[in-house]
Amino acid sequence: MNIPLDLLVGALVSGVLLGGFYAAVTVGVSISFGILDIVNIAHPAFIILGSYVAYIVNQRLGIDPIVVSIVVLPAFYALGAAVYQIYHLSFEKRGRDALRGLAFFFGILFITEVALILVFGVDFRYVEASYIGPSLHFGLVDLPLRLLVPCVVSLVLFAGLQLFLSKTFIGRAIMAVSQDQLALQLMAADPVRIKRIAFAISIATCSIAGACLIIIQPVEPSVGREYIGRIFAICVLGGLGSLPGTLIGAMLVGIIESITSTFYGPSWAPAVAFGLLLLTLAMRPSGLLGR
Amino acid sequence: MRSPVFFLIAVLTGAAVFFGARLAHNDYLFFAGFVILQFVVLATAWNILGGYTGYVNFGTAAFFALGAYSSVLIHKLYPLPIPVLILIGGVVSGIIGLGMGYLTLRLRGAFFSIATLALAVVLQTLVVNWTFVGGSRGAYIIRPNTIPLIGNYIEYLFLIMLALAIIAITTAHIIERSQLGYGFATIRDDEIAAEASGVPTLRLKLIATTISGALMGMAGAPYPYYIGYIDPTSAFGLGYAVNSIAMPMIGGTTSWVGPLIGAILLGTVQQVATVTISSEVNLLIVGVLLVTFVIVAPKGIVGYFQDRLRARSRK
Repeated sequence: MNIPLDLLVGALVSGVLLGGFYAAVTVGVSISFGILDIVNIAHPAFIILGSYVAYIVNQRLGIDPIVVSIVVLPAFYALGAAVYQIYHLSFEKRGRDALRGLAFFFGILFITEVALILVFGVDFRYVEASYIGPSLHFGLVDLPLRLLVPCVVSLVLFAGLQLFLSKTFIGRAIMAVSQDQLALQLMAADPVRIKRIAFAISIATCSIAGACLIIIQPVEPSVGREYIGRIFAICVLGGLGSLPGTLIGAMLVGIIESITSTFYGPSWAPAVAFGLLLLTLAMRPSGLLGR
Repeated sequence: MRSPVFFLIAVLTGAAVFFGARLAHNDYLFFAGFVILQFVVLATAWNILGGYTGYVNFGTAAFFALGAYSSVLIHKLYPLPIPVLILIGGVVSGIIGLGMGYLTLRLRGAFFSIATLALAVVLQTLVVNWTFVGGSRGAYIIRPNTIPLIGNYIEYLFLIMLALAIIAITTAHIIERSQLGYGFATIRDDEIAAEASGVPTLRLKLIATTISGALMGMAGAPYPYYIGYIDPTSAFGLGYAVNSIAMPMIGGTTSWVGPLIGAILLGTVQQVATVTISSEVNLLIVGVLLVTFVIVAPKGIVGYFQDRLRARSRK
């Protein structure tokens, strides 16, 4: 097979950029599912919510979507804390009933999607910013800014979270909460409070991920569904609860998807992540960097 | 109640429903009834895996669409009568269910759930790219207006779905009272303890997934003939997944009665809401009811009344 070099390089580059963005999309689930063991399948719905918030403010006031997402971080944090509180009181406290917890998040996913459809319709929405459109050129390499900016923002978010989790007391407590709650209590930290903070952070990342998403592509309410598989594929592929693993998994999925859509057409791309997920679950469920 | 007696009562009830509906001389009744019965089958099928063993399947739409698209494929190659198509749809979905289960059921429950979601998207992508069965544009199925013996085609479809509902409910009832059912219950209550006491958990889970998937595929097989036109977005609609989870959850998951009550209740509400308000609002109603019930009444309607009866008898 004769593959044109510039096409391949282009696919690789946009795959890496896409991978950086996927890392930001997945990092929240790495915390909630990977570390806290809360199967939040509604995560993509919150990301779409983030996209719509960025869209509304951008259209009304013309503010940059990334700036908007940083401003509304506290609101998403509060939303996450509230959702966790309901989840904790109704499911965690009453004993481990995974079935109902899953149904609960599925319901939230569904309600968010339908509510967004009712308010905004199924039209694709997009934002306006100066960096959407132009690209940087380096010889063969073509760096579209609409992919580069979200990628850089995502990597900053990712690095920040990694530092927070490994260096601060609360961060380390979050890493510990899934392993030994009693030990955590002996360290004078309330496990429920720590979990609430961690879950709230995971939802807060949706604000930034959502803004990045709507910069990369136009968004409509059901786009989130495509991301369910992608997010969990990356999360499982990288190894649950391992942030470096998540980054590697995200890059892998980004590159493979980008190559698939360049050479076989974009209609096949959604199947890639899901195929990878099924394959990982069957062959190595602990993931690449799993324990 | 013993199974043959149960089956007889179910058939008699079904016959009463059919002839009762015929008395009304209104085709709309059959159109709406078909959808409600379809949900009875889907909810019962979902509950065989979800309610009895505690493994959540988000991929109802995938199994349903598998059945529907098997019918489309065969219709294009060599048209066969619908009961045969139902059998084929059931076999196809059952096999896929078995394969899925084999890949993921050895892991924690959450992985199975996520994988079922993944299955739906993979299959949808395959169908979208498969032009022979219509691709993303969809396919038309031209159905006859009348059918020998019964006459009206929609009455024929209604009758078929009624028969499927009876089969599904009887299957659920048989499972509940059998060794299989007790095995399922041990998995739901404590899988590790069950495994340690010698219950072959993986085999039981695979049986549950296969039966459940097969019934969903059977429910999907007549769908193209009902709707006349099928496209991936509608066949793989998230509404099927949400409804088939919400109905048992609202009715109660521990016995066959729960999904039946849930499906009739929610199905009727949705038929009314679709006509009077809009189809988006009715999906919102289902979502809100689902979340409310899992928080407020985790045992569903059946569990709620059982608890009240028990409380009264104690006084």
